[in-house]
This record gives sequence, structure tokens and C-alpha cells, in this order.
Amino acid sequence: MATAVNSLNKQELRKKKGLKLRFIEQRYLLLLLVPAIVWAIFFAYLPMAGLYMAFVNYQPSLGNFWSSMFRSEFIGLDWFNYFFSNGDFLIIMRNTLASTMLTLVISFPAPILIAIALNEIKGAMFKKTVQTVSYLPHFISWVIAANIIVTVLSSDGIVNKLLQWLHLTDESILFLQEGRYFWWIVAIGNTWKEMGYSAIMYLAAISSINPELYEAAKVDGAGRFKQIVYVTLPHLKPTIVILLIFSLGGVLNAGFDQHYLLGNGLNQGYSDVLSTYSFRYGLQNSMFSYASAVGLFNSVVAFILVVIVNYSSKKLNNQSLF
Amino acid sequence: MGKISSLSEKLFELSIYLFLSVIFVVTFYPFWNILVVSLNDATDSVRGGLYLWPREFTLESYASIFRNGELINSVKVTVLRTVIGTPLSVLAISMMAYSLSKRELIAWRALTLFFIFTMYFGGGLIPTYMIIKSLGLIDSFWVFIFPGLIGVFLMILVRTYIEQLPSELEESAKIDGANDLQIFTWIVLPLCVPVLATIALFIGIGHWNSWYDSYIYTYKPELKTLQAVLVKILNQFQTGAMVSEAEQLANSSKRTPVSGESIRMAVTMVATLPIIFVYPFLQRFFVKGIMMGAIKS
Repeated sequence: MATAVNSLNKQELRKKKGLKLRFIEQRYLLLLLVPAIVWAIFFAYLPMAGLYMAFVNYQPSLGNFWSSMFRSEFIGLDWFNYFFSNGDFLIIMRNTLASTMLTLVISFPAPILIAIALNEIKGAMFKKTVQTVSYLPHFISWVIAANIIVTVLSSDGIVNKLLQWLHLTDESILFLQEGRYFWWIVAIGNTWKEMGYSAIMYLAAISSINPELYEAAKVDGAGRFKQIVYVTLPHLKPTIVILLIFSLGGVLNAGFDQHYLLGNGLNQGYSDVLSTYSFRYGLQNSMFSYASAVGLFNSVVAFILVVIVNYSSKKLNNQSLF
Repeated sequence: MGKISSLSEKLFELSIYLFLSVIFVVTFYPFWNILVVSLNDATDSVRGGLYLWPREFTLESYASIFRNGELINSVKVTVLRTVIGTPLSVLAISMMAYSLSKRELIAWRALTLFFIFTMYFGGGLIPTYMIIKSLGLIDSFWVFIFPGLIGVFLMILVRTYIEQLPSELEESAKIDGANDLQIFTWIVLPLCVPVLATIALFIGIGHWNSWYDSYIYTYKPELKTLQAVLVKILNQFQTGAMVSEAEQLANSSKRTPVSGESIRMAVTMVATLPIIFVYPFLQRFFVKGIMMGAIKS
């Protein structure tokens, strides 16, 4: 009640002061915001305005970008219809969803297992070493990661040598030349890159568990495995649920880097996802409007997913992105 | 405790150590493998079987990188964009964060939404390319700096930090007649050093690692960053070009034959090493950083 009265008073005070006076009072604060506003207009909102391209048949020859765009023939949703009705759409959507879902299935449990295992270790030295090394792949670029992946998967790379040593295969498998391996490669690559870093969240959640709960479980005769099942995991549940919902919100965002860098002509039927498809049609085949339409479709669906995710996480935990 | 339970405890302990050892090997070994190949004599590398230790140790692959103009130049461009881009971003982000930390700011809600929205929706690849082109940023060094100047998520980290600062300092400065610009420069910025160091590391690594902007917005060879050159080498390796960039490079530095493979590994190592060098600093900061983000979201 008191705060409501307070804010009411403040609002009245603001009205009395007048916009002009406040503007003068806050001139330096607004000045500090100028670079950010200019940046947002030029590099976020002008490109959004440029999405109008998806509704015209863009002809680059009609002057500069803006005048070309507005002088090009308006064709409504034709590019979208073209995208949905040609055979590419199903393949691209299949690849995008297969890659992100497989990534989710493999990369989601990995950091949970790592965090739980790290928590069971008593030797500080070993724990610290494993942690430090497992974060490293997160900080390198996908260019380096892709270089590493093509090296270990090459015909005389370590993976093939290992498979031959275990007599699982006689001849080297050409992992990147055969499309059917591609989603697995991306999923395992994503997991390799992020599992150590993602474990930080779970480690933090574990560190907030009251040690007395473990003592109580011990008294009840629970071994260490049972302590994990009955104490650690239940306490991780809220973190797991929230992170799972957020990951589900990203199912259309198959990363451009990994699919573009690991993709090649031979595995294209499996490696081509929304972002690489739009890239190829736009910048390599110069079908600017079509590529914009594909990009817009991707952004709109991804945005709707984020809104849904935010809404459900709000319902669940009162946690929100916004 | 019975014998069986202590045995199962032992087994449990063992499997935990085994699991973490696998994680360690899986994340560490690939880097080691690359280092080994890059340090091995190139002609000898063709025989394969290099897994744990170089057979014939040499620094020739690294030497040939430093004899190559294109690679030297790409390292220069990458260092330059990191050194110029990072402080500019940190400054722009902290100015913005300070301003938006004041709830009494005119249209605070609308302005905040204006920025947050850009995190979740964008124009996408082609419209962005067109805008960058129309701004005359194609084939300009500034294309590495301006489009990525602001990171809204990083701004939220800094803003949260500023909001947690004690307000007494600012208030007393205000009483002494300081304006917002002076308060920002002389009081808020120095207090924010820890969080600014954190975001500077993130931004710096982002600059060092980025390849996409150099790959699509620049055509001049003088503006190719290290990672963009590495993409070219990778593409050639992937398509199995008979005479790849790396092999040409190897041949151009005739002193000793160097195979494309060793060069590719050496360039990969050169791109990775700076990350490993800043790693100790990173460790101190990023755990805090990710946690701050977690609290916010």
C-alpha cells in the first residue's frame, strides 16, 4: 500500500515536472545512450525493415538498396509459397530438426552427469584439472573445432584407428563424406564443445544443497549412488526443467557455423539446414528475396518459440527472460 | 558397514573416476593431437600414425607460417580488430548500461524493450548484408567493429552490477554538484572494473574467434582475419582440392617440403594458443559471469 502511494506521488511529480524539464535534467544520461541507439537502428532495426524484401521480387539494378526494394514488384507471400511447396522445405526442416533434436538428446544429459561426477570427487587437484580442460572447447571458435573434427574423423584419424583396433570396422569409414553420419557428428561435436561449460550451472545448483541432507540419507543407510538419486537429482530438477524448456525453444536454431563448416557437397542432403540454405540461396545464388523469405520464416517461428518458452517458464518457476 | 556395500562403494568410486578420466581425455586429446602433428616433420607426417608424440620434431611448419605474407597479415588484422574493437564495445556497453540503470530515465520501459527485442528478433542474413552494403561497410575494417559493437546480454550483466553498487557515493557526488557524465566517468566506471574485465574477455575472445564477418563482408585479402583464412584452408581440405592453399603455402616456402596437413595443424594451433593464454584470467571471471547471467534469467 505504502509503495503504491509512493509511486503514485512520483508519477504526479513527474507530470508536474514536465517532459521538457526532465529532458534537460537527463541530457547526459541520454547522451550516454546515443551510441547504443544508433547501433540498434542501423544494425538491428534497419535490417528488420529490410525484411520487406521477402515480399517483393527484388531487383538489385533499380538504384540503391532502398529504392530497389521499394520499386521492385510486390508479390505478397509468393516466396513463402514457393518455399513450402518445393521439395527442399521438407528436407531442410527434417535436417534442422534432426540435428537439433539429436544434439538435445546427447548434449542435455552430459553436463548433468559431469556435474554430479565432479561433485563426488574429493581430490581437489583431479577435479580442478578435469574442470579446466573440459571448459576449453567452449572458448575456441567453430572454425578450430571443425578443423579438429575433420582431423580426428579423417581416414587415418584417431577415431578410425580406434575402430579398427577394436575390430569394429576393417576399412576406414569416411565420416564426413557419407551423409548418414552427419547429424551424429554435429550432435557429438556440440556436446564436446559445450558439456564442460554447461556443467557450471548444475555445479552451482549442487553447491547450494544443504550437506545435512546427505548426512540424513547416510543415516538412513543410503549409499553414494542412492544419495545421488534421492538427494542430488531432486534438487537439480528445477534447473533441469528450466534449461530443458529453453533448449526446446532453440530447436529451429541449428547453428550456422557447424553446419556450414562441416557440410560439404557429399553430405549436403543431410547437412543443409535453414540457415545454410538461406545463406546459399542468398549470397551464392543471388536469390535475395527468396533467401530473405526463408530467413524471415526461421526468425518468426524461432521468436514464437521463445515467447512460448518464456511463458511456460514463467508459469513454472516465476523465472523469465524478459 | 558390510563387505558388499564397501565393495560397491569402491566400484562406484572407480566408475566416477573412470567417467571423468574419459571426459578429460576426450576434451584434451584432440588439442594434443593437433600440437603433435604441427610439431612433426611434414614429410614424415604423411606416413600417419602420429598420435602421442612427434616422431621427428621440427618447428618448420610454424616457421613457414611466419614466412607467409597472407597469414602474417591475417594475424595482424585479427590482433588489430581485437585491440580496437574490445575497448570500444566495453565503453559503449557500459555507457548504455549506466543510462539504463536509471529507472527514472525518460521512456525507460520503451527504451529497454527497444534493446531487448533485438536479442530475440533480427533481420537475418540477407537484409543485414544489404544494410551493411548500403552503409559502405563492405571491404572496410570497421565492419569488424560496428555491427557487433553492442551486446545486449552483456549490457544486462553490467546493468545488474551497477544496480547493486551502493548509491551513497553517487548521491554525495551529486550533492557536490557533479553531473551524470562526471559521475559515470569518475565513480561508476572505476567501481565497475571487475564486471568490465569480465565482459572485455568475452568480447575479446569473440573478436579473436569471429570468421563470419571477414568471410562474407570482405573481399580484399588484406582484410581477411586468421579464422577466415583457416576457413579457406578447411574448405580446401574438405573438398579435397589437389593443390590446397596449405600445400601451395608449403611449396612457396621451398626450404623444406612441408605437407598441407602440418600447416593446417600449425595454423589451427596459432589460432588456439591466445585462448589458452588468457585462460587463467578467464577462469577467474567467467564463472562469476555465467552465474550473474543465470540469476538474471
